[in-house]
Amino acid sequence: MIEMRELRKDFTVRVKAGRLRREKRVLAAVDGVSLSIGAGEMVGYIGPNGAGKSTTLKMLTGVLSPSGGEVSVCGLRPVPQRTRLALRIGVVFGQRSQLWWDLPLGESFRLLRYVYRVPAAEHEARLRRCRDLLDLDEFMDTPVRQLSLGQRMRGELTAALLHGPEVLFLDEPTIGLDVVSKQAVRSFLGELGATGDVTLVLTTHDLADIERLCERLVVIDHGRVVHDGTIDDLHSRYGSRRSLVADLDTPLPPGFALPGATTASIEADGHRVTFTLESTTAGAAVAALVNAAPVRDLSVVEPEIEDVVARLYTDGRGVSGVP
Amino acid sequence: MAELRAYAALLGGRFRSATAYRTSFAVELITNAGGTAVDVSTVFVLFHAAKVVGGFTLGEALMMTGLTASGFVLADLTVGNVDQLKTYVRNGTLDAVLVRPLAVLPQLVIADLPLRKLMRFVVGVTVLVVAVLSNDIDWTPGRAVLLVTAPLAGAVFFGAIFVLSASLAFWWVESGEVGAAFTYGGRDFTSYPITVYGTWFRAVFAYGLGFGFVAYHPALTLLGRADPLGLPAWAGYLSPLVALAAAGIAGIVWRTGVRHYRSTGS
Repeated sequence: MIEMRELRKDFTVRVKAGRLRREKRVLAAVDGVSLSIGAGEMVGYIGPNGAGKSTTLKMLTGVLSPSGGEVSVCGLRPVPQRTRLALRIGVVFGQRSQLWWDLPLGESFRLLRYVYRVPAAEHEARLRRCRDLLDLDEFMDTPVRQLSLGQRMRGELTAALLHGPEVLFLDEPTIGLDVVSKQAVRSFLGELGATGDVTLVLTTHDLADIERLCERLVVIDHGRVVHDGTIDDLHSRYGSRRSLVADLDTPLPPGFALPGATTASIEADGHRVTFTLESTTAGAAVAALVNAAPVRDLSVVEPEIEDVVARLYTDGRGVSGVP
Repeated sequence: MAELRAYAALLGGRFRSATAYRTSFAVELITNAGGTAVDVSTVFVLFHAAKVVGGFTLGEALMMTGLTASGFVLADLTVGNVDQLKTYVRNGTLDAVLVRPLAVLPQLVIADLPLRKLMRFVVGVTVLVVAVLSNDIDWTPGRAVLLVTAPLAGAVFFGAIFVLSASLAFWWVESGEVGAAFTYGGRDFTSYPITVYGTWFRAVFAYGLGFGFVAYHPALTLLGRADPLGLPAWAGYLSPLVALAAAGIAGIVWRTGVRHYRSTGS
């Protein structure tokens, strides 16, 4: 569905060098990205600010022309075939509204039916579904400028889906939303993805979006792909480990060691211990601990994806300022 | 065909957006009519000081002013707000326009259609009518056709100038009011007989850039006057060709500009 080969985007910036002189400098916002995304996949595209996420998305949607490499979406080349491609993809740029500011939300949907030339019955069916799933009814007649951010984002999602796109691109769809709206957007996208009819590519800073929605995670930094795989792949590759936290009735005997695990911390005078599981299973570790000490309570803690990603980012070469 | 319906729907949306603020729309409609009246009155002021300027009487010059005013206003009313492009480029909001299955220029033109300038068109056409009535024109079929095509060609020509000067923003975001030198400056240039300008300046603007064919030459043809500068009488009929050439160049520059768009970080 989406193919990128050695895709690049260079920006020329003029940097002040002295009082009047300005130097031209070429910055690679996207520096040779090769990815292949199949139909029906849900892919999360993450990276620190300025990593090249949005720039990639803009090249996929025909907004920006690539400086090098090849790109195809739905078998079309985005820039020369922009208008044909636009009929087959949906785009939600969190910061760029597709809606008519001064018109009621419902009016925007009506106009989009003409813009995308959708048969009335299809339009009606899709709109009905979105109205139900996203609870649009109460603000269909409200001018867009008066909508809350959460309401507007639900409107944007609907606007992007009314023409039945094959691929949906979402640039930070949950940015700035409150918890409830975030949940609404996520569960809607989850249901949409589960049908398998739509290929979904989303960029985000909120890793919970990825954990909830995407089997596949692509991490980009300095315009290059630094990880492409499942979230589990990421954990095993970057050595993030589960830990076992136990509350004990009596303090842990000094010098105690759990086979295949390291002792991460001992708190509350030895009443609470945390082990990092290196080369053992949670089951074996629990069994060994229960034999050695009176355990009152215990829990196995999954590694935080935030921690892994933060480590990935800081492994990079500092932060650049390229959009 | 389906695309035309899409543009028609967008146009309808634009009308409803504009009338969402009724009072301010009404006030702007009226004040804008005053704008063109003031522009035109400068010609009267000039001829009040001197009865003949550049070899032309007030009535004759009014023909040039009328052709310019109606052509320019028609262009301004339709594509005039395309200079908003610089805001779209600076804010990166052109992204939202580019992801739609329609051409960029018509979308921008419709989205920013300055309906409040509607009254200016009425004023512009009135000046042309007054000019026609105050001259003793020897009507031929050719002249009758020219009277209609010249303002339309003028509108196309000024439209092209609007698009060209707006395109500057694709390469130079801080283009500011540079484009206005050619749009509003061009209008002021063609409002007067070009014989009043210095040789060098006239050569560049009237013939290098083509402004001489907007009003000056068509007016000469309508009035049946020989060109003091020596061009043959049929030069007046060249105005549609010059306009189409300008539109062609503007189209190419615009397309190149869209490819050059850089968007902004989000």
